[in-house]
Amino acid sequence: MQRRTLLHTLAAMPLAIHSARLAAASPGTPRLLVVFLRGAYDAASLLVPVASTHYYETRPTIAIARPGSGAEAALPLDTDWGLHPALAGSMGALFARQQLAFVPFAGTDDASRSHFETQDGIELGQPLQGRRDLRSGFMNRLAQVLDTRDAIAFSDRLPLCFRGDVAVPNLGLARLGPPPWDARQSQLIQDMYTGTPLAEPVQEGFTVHEAAQREIAGSSAIGELVAANRNAVTAKGFEGEARRIARLMRERYQLGFVDVGGWDTHVGQGARSGYLANRLAELGQGLAGYANEMGPAWQDSTVVVLSEFGRTFAENGNRGTDHGHGTVYWMLGGGVRGGRIVGEQVALTPATLFQRRDYPVLNEYRALLGGLFARIYGLNPAQLAQVFPGADTSTGVSRLDLV
Amino acid sequence: MNCAVPRESDQALLPPGTPLREAQPSLTATTWRRRELIVAAALGGLGSGLLTGCATGAGPAADPNALQLANRISWGVDSATLQALHRMGQRDYVAAQLHPPAEDRLPAAVQARIAALPLQQRSMDAWVTELAQRRSAAQALPDDKDKRAALQGYQRDLNALAQDAATRTLLRAHYSPYQLQEQMSWFWFNHFNVYQGKADLRAMVGDYEERLRPLALGRFSDLLIASATHAAMLRYLDNTQNAARRRNENYARELMELHTLGVAGGYTQKDVQELARVLSGLGVRFGDAEQPPLEPALQPLYWRQGAVEFHPGRHDMGEKRLLGARIQAGQGWDEILAQLGRLARHPATAHHISMRLAQYLGEDQPAPALVERMAAAFTASDGSIALTLQTLFDAPELPATLGRKFKDPMHYLVSAVRMLHDGQDLPDTPALLRALSRMGQGLYNRQTPDGYPLDAAAWSGSGQMGTRFEVAQSLVGRAGSGSATRAQLAIEAGAGPRTRRVLDAATSPEERQVLLLCSPPFQYR
Repeated sequence: MQRRTLLHTLAAMPLAIHSARLAAASPGTPRLLVVFLRGAYDAASLLVPVASTHYYETRPTIAIARPGSGAEAALPLDTDWGLHPALAGSMGALFARQQLAFVPFAGTDDASRSHFETQDGIELGQPLQGRRDLRSGFMNRLAQVLDTRDAIAFSDRLPLCFRGDVAVPNLGLARLGPPPWDARQSQLIQDMYTGTPLAEPVQEGFTVHEAAQREIAGSSAIGELVAANRNAVTAKGFEGEARRIARLMRERYQLGFVDVGGWDTHVGQGARSGYLANRLAELGQGLAGYANEMGPAWQDSTVVVLSEFGRTFAENGNRGTDHGHGTVYWMLGGGVRGGRIVGEQVALTPATLFQRRDYPVLNEYRALLGGLFARIYGLNPAQLAQVFPGADTSTGVSRLDLV
Repeated sequence: MNCAVPRESDQALLPPGTPLREAQPSLTATTWRRRELIVAAALGGLGSGLLTGCATGAGPAADPNALQLANRISWGVDSATLQALHRMGQRDYVAAQLHPPAEDRLPAAVQARIAALPLQQRSMDAWVTELAQRRSAAQALPDDKDKRAALQGYQRDLNALAQDAATRTLLRAHYSPYQLQEQMSWFWFNHFNVYQGKADLRAMVGDYEERLRPLALGRFSDLLIASATHAAMLRYLDNTQNAARRRNENYARELMELHTLGVAGGYTQKDVQELARVLSGLGVRFGDAEQPPLEPALQPLYWRQGAVEFHPGRHDMGEKRLLGARIQAGQGWDEILAQLGRLARHPATAHHISMRLAQYLGEDQPAPALVERMAAAFTASDGSIALTLQTLFDAPELPATLGRKFKDPMHYLVSAVRMLHDGQDLPDTPALLRALSRMGQGLYNRQTPDGYPLDAAAWSGSGQMGTRFEVAQSLVGRAGSGSATRAQLAIEAGAGPRTRRVLDAATSPEERQVLLLCSPPFQYR
């Protein structure tokens, strides 16, 4: 109620105040982008368990070859793990610069194997037991704890993770065209809202859109990429989108979110090349483009890449993989202590697989992300408990010195 | 955020920085009277005999309250709505809306357009069976490329069926004179929500909607049973997986939490488990598949209706205890019916359903006393939705809420096309449905069983407002002519001075329409 009153008061104030707020994100401000791979990507094709003979036995047609076996082979990361060769130039280079770490066996204890159940559960970030509050996502709670409103979702809809008490704008960049108005028209519309409770979101909507448009206009190559991909966000257009996101994050925002679809590879996912290899390559290029576009601000930036669950360890009868359990999270950033595979691990044998079919979850994501946030922002236990209520942040997973 | 809109004319009187909420009550009454005069004058000027009652100042429809009420009861007024209101008067208009005829009253051309949809040519059972066969055939293809192409074709056809259902809904929303029924149809689908993206539900959502729609203003217990005995619901909430020895509580939980009692309705986790036992064996069987093999003693208990079956071999026949009452062992299907009836008539359900109705057709935070009176009407009428809504529409609390309920995307889109096209041809429905999805409220597209939120906060974010304005632009572009419909004139007449000043600054009729669709009053119903 107090917050409402405040918002209403703000709404009635001159525009200059809003403009000042929107030109935020000074140098040195930590910037966090969460990239959600919706559809459960096949983590064992990205971070290849090259030391596991079981992997090669159970994936006769889709395994990525061991390092040293030619151009088809995985890029060695350590003795147990290799990187999909489609990412060698992008993420391989970042790993070598020690700005990328992978956390295998990550995920949630939710074993429903339902895309939407698990995605929602992760975005809400609440305990699995007990009643979920569908109006409160973990990114919004983080914005509350950080007392910032410089948060944005780069998606057509406000994702569940950003729902909550802080009003977070959303802007889908993938199919963002030029605004269908000129300055006069947008001013006329804003005039109608002056002094109404919607004045602020309306004004902010125009400002964000116009700012995004200016960033896009800065690069005609990106403009063409946008034109080429009017449909849902896929990794294909992701580099252009990621670079635009970087410009906005660099100039204005502390917390960002974007989702990338197209990972549900039940059929013919390919190996060294093919459908999944293309998707991974485009994602890797996008993230590398993001890092590049951030410029000096990359030093203060962190990117977390996650997905709702992993896929079956063995390939199925259709040269694809089905819904599994544990997955691999990625942590990128100028300040990330990368070049490592971190977190609890286990040798991959039939006996160590979850229900004898999937990666187990050894690094629970709320403890993992909670620990990461605590280090980035210096959160105290009470603040951490607000972001991830009931998460066990006493475990090693929370103490990974990721940044 | 609370998005109740202050009357525009209020704001000119406020010093800068005054919190608007506090300032409203004392001003509303006077500005209300002022609006009344403006609306009456504007409607009187329409010239075509529309609402001529206001020429004498005595006609029932000259009351801006009546206009606002029609705007609430409909997806958004068009001239047919205004004429009906004028012809019948407010009381009879509301009564007619609460008691629609059994058969559709759509223009013949629209009826024909719906009848021509491929979805309409076959039963749900036939579609589901055929598509399942196509999927198996695709899976069996040896070549990956062929297989992927065949599976894509299968997905395309599933999409087309859901798209047909959505088209039918949009056409009815645009054209039907029984607007309340169409709104309530949407409400009940959303209340008993299923998500088209799960499994092959896209082949079922149309049929599910058809089952709920005729009951939309009928008895709640009928609605509950209709949803509980539809394949879409049983598959969506996994009751197809719920058997005596392999219990799945998903449906049982949502049935009490969302569909009937409400989360604070006084049930326990034990009740969820017991209801799951009651519901065990209620599942889905498509096509001509034979009755499953059963022990002779169980055979008389088998029940099937269309695609839904009660399988006594999968049912937990033991004694149960639900919400404090003992359920005698071994009753099977009758036990399910009896317990659904019990839940439908539970006092917590009366309250929960009344609350939801009041939020949808009243305001985000309805007055508790009103909800109580509605719950009493619900109980006294054995769950009659029409009589429960009658209580709402007669309520003294209602007028103050009119014009202050934020439109969700579906209301926004349909009210815009009803104003722009005003009973005329509605072209390019796929583009309209895409616009709805873009605004985040695609039909059958809510993934979670709670349905789309009914409150303003869920729809009034900055990106959402921006998207809404872009949709406005494209709707006007698509409508073409720019010439103002009678509905548009009436809506403009109801707008406040600030909005009208901006409208007058428009440089073309099209721009005027866009600005009207983007204006504060058009965001509310």
